[in-house]
Amino acid sequence: MEIVVCIKQVPGTTEVKVDEKGNLIRDGIDSKMNPYDLYAVETALKIKEEKGAKVNVITMGPPQSEAVLREAFMMGADDAYLLTDRKFAGADVLATSYALYQGVLKTGKPQLIICGKQTTDGDTAQVGPEMAEYLGIPHVANVKKIHEVKENSIVVEMDMPTTMEIVEVQFPCLVTVEKGIFQPRLPSYKRKKQTVNKEIVKFSLKDFEDQDEKQYGSSGSPTQVERIFPPDVNTDKEMWEGSGEELGDKLFKKLADLKFV
Amino acid sequence: MAGIIVNQSKITDIDGAVKLCPFGAIEYTSNEVQINAACKLCMICVKKGPEGAFIFQEDKVEEIDKSLWKGVAVYVDHLDGDIHPVTLELIGKAKELAAKINHPVYAVFIGSNVTEKANDLLHYGVDEVFVYDNAALKDFKIEPYTAAFEDFISKVKPSTILVGATTLGRSLAPRVAARFKTGLTADCTILDVKENTDLVQIRPAFGGNIMAQIITPNHRPQFATVRYKIFNAPERSENPNGKVTVGTVPQDKLASAIEVLKIKQKEAEENISDAEVIVVAGRGIKKEKDLEMINELAAALGGQVACTRPLIEAGWGDPKKQIGLSGRTVRPKLIITCAVSGSVQFKAGMSNSDVIIAIDEDPKAAIFDVAHYGIVGDIYQVVPSLLEKIKSM
Ligand SMILES: Cc1cc2nc3c(=O)[nH]c(=O)nc-3n(C[C@H](O)[C@H](O)[C@H](O)COP(=O)(O)OP(=O)(O)OC[C@H]3O[C@@H](n4cnc5c(N)ncnc54)[C@H](O)[C@@H]3O)c2cc1C
Ligand SMILES: Nc1ncnc2c1ncn2[C@@H]1O[C@H](COP(=O)(O)O)[C@@H](O)[C@H]1O
Repeated sequence: MEIVVCIKQVPGTTEVKVDEKGNLIRDGIDSKMNPYDLYAVETALKIKEEKGAKVNVITMGPPQSEAVLREAFMMGADDAYLLTDRKFAGADVLATSYALYQGVLKTGKPQLIICGKQTTDGDTAQVGPEMAEYLGIPHVANVKKIHEVKENSIVVEMDMPTTMEIVEVQFPCLVTVEKGIFQPRLPSYKRKKQTVNKEIVKFSLKDFEDQDEKQYGSSGSPTQVERIFPPDVNTDKEMWEGSGEELGDKLFKKLADLKFV
Repeated sequence: MAGIIVNQSKITDIDGAVKLCPFGAIEYTSNEVQINAACKLCMICVKKGPEGAFIFQEDKVEEIDKSLWKGVAVYVDHLDGDIHPVTLELIGKAKELAAKINHPVYAVFIGSNVTEKANDLLHYGVDEVFVYDNAALKDFKIEPYTAAFEDFISKVKPSTILVGATTLGRSLAPRVAARFKTGLTADCTILDVKENTDLVQIRPAFGGNIMAQIITPNHRPQFATVRYKIFNAPERSENPNGKVTVGTVPQDKLASAIEVLKIKQKEAEENISDAEVIVVAGRGIKKEKDLEMINELAAALGGQVACTRPLIEAGWGDPKKQIGLSGRTVRPKLIITCAVSGSVQFKAGMSNSDVIIAIDEDPKAAIFDVAHYGIVGDIYQVVPSLLEKIKSM
């Protein structure tokens, strides 16, 4: 069987900050694999070990996002695809999903597509379901457990707010997995040595079946950022300073006033 | 193609130009300053770069006729007919938005044996509830639910659709939005509407300490998801108004490749979204053991403990206790934050709380921007001192 795992490179520990004038600043381009996607890769590798499968990883992003594909190689992925093109820049959820859908088509005929639950930068949890729609296949989100991988289907446990649902989905299908579904393995040094020169397949718009520029990047994005601004400041507040003792005392009195103690 | 065009002749300081972009999307290759695929179209280079060096080029778009799309619709989130309270909150917001542009408020209710329940929504100011009631819609399965939603949109043509950012809503809304090839903005914290019916969607963005205003200028319907506890539910009125309309999904579209084998009820667990009092631990907590002091304070106030993302990442807390954009939204009567800096992502999950007390040693911490009482001090001193007073009561 063929599995495709969608992985994304996200900013690492350094976060984007904003200065007094409302400008974005970011020092260092520290980046890493989206933590949720590590679980997605691990899930695919577990299925590979148990049932035998070819695990392909795919990412859309700037050239440097090759790094996360290399990391997936070090974990045990078989083939890697990098979708990169200036024309993909500025993509919102819809355009990202569309490019990934076109990319997935180029990898072969996967029975199973695995996404992370969400990214730590985009943070929408929407790319998976939108891709599934484009692919015309069912999806199950928030998968917490894989019960069984059968010949033509997969039995998974879906985490809902008040219930756990065990569902069986026919292939081909897409699942998004929760943190903690399996403990992701660490990249192996041995595999690193084996795969340093392993080729990464790169696709740009001209390799896709649908080469209509209007589907991709900012042109294919129905949503537009109209303006960015620093968050509101509440000026109607009391600020207290003093020793720990004084502040504790004052706070106690305030809580008593407000009838919380 | 829309994008940033670089005017090489206007760039004298190449290094400075490259550094303009916080996302590393400006690079110098083949003797040219170029924009790479990392561009997020945040426009910083256009605004801050040398005059005329970076130019935003827009696409020519075919204008749509927005007057053909009318109504603000709310998806009714429910489990076996039990309506999730986020639904009412969204109806409240939908009414506000609809009043501004003189549109009707709709609700779309998909499930099995739900027609009766649909009548109840008429007490909250919905003009028309569209019900898709079919045994095949009993369990949430993506294909038939999407088909029902699609039928509603095709027939009613609502301008805006609000969906609760619940587990189910986060799975269904993107699916339907993609079917209509339209925009969807997740986890909006502020919504407004323009005269031309464009929905103004505001949410934290770019992973930074910044808010973004997002619009869907040329697509309909416009989709937004909103979390529980962001907006206010309207009062229930005694007299129902409006009507219930029954819709049907063609039989062949009710089929699904998903079979629900078993549904297990989870044990009811404490939910920070329901807490009246919350004490939050932030990264200023030095050791896991020090959380005891926070637990103690929460217990003394009869409240729950919650934390910020770094603590969850450190494995010090249950992810269900995280407040914020990627955690839960809370709206307690009292929230005390202890050593929390107040990132936009955190504030997005708590800024509507009734009384906000923040303790932080940095007087410039952004948490003080939303606090009602800002306490500049060391939590290791203030909290024990407070606990002592409470104990000796
Ligand atoms: C897409 C995205 C989504 C995110 N979602 C969330 C989310 O849902 N929830 C969330 O919390 N974060 C979220 N984050 C992370 C967020 O940006 C911040 O990194 C995080 O909220 C910071 O947590 P903090 O305030 O505890 O830590 P810090 O920012 O490190 O702040 C610690 C504070 O403690 C103070 N302090 C230190 N020691 C003491 C002491 N002894 N006494 C008093 N004060 C002290 C410091 O002055 C500082 O203000 C998200 C980020 C992204 C990019
Ligand atoms: N640019 C991308 N490249 C590959 N996979 C992606 C990309 N963006 C999102 N995904 C996948 O979609 C999931 C949800 O992302 P998001 O909707 O951004 O929260 C991620 O965990 C990834 O599996």
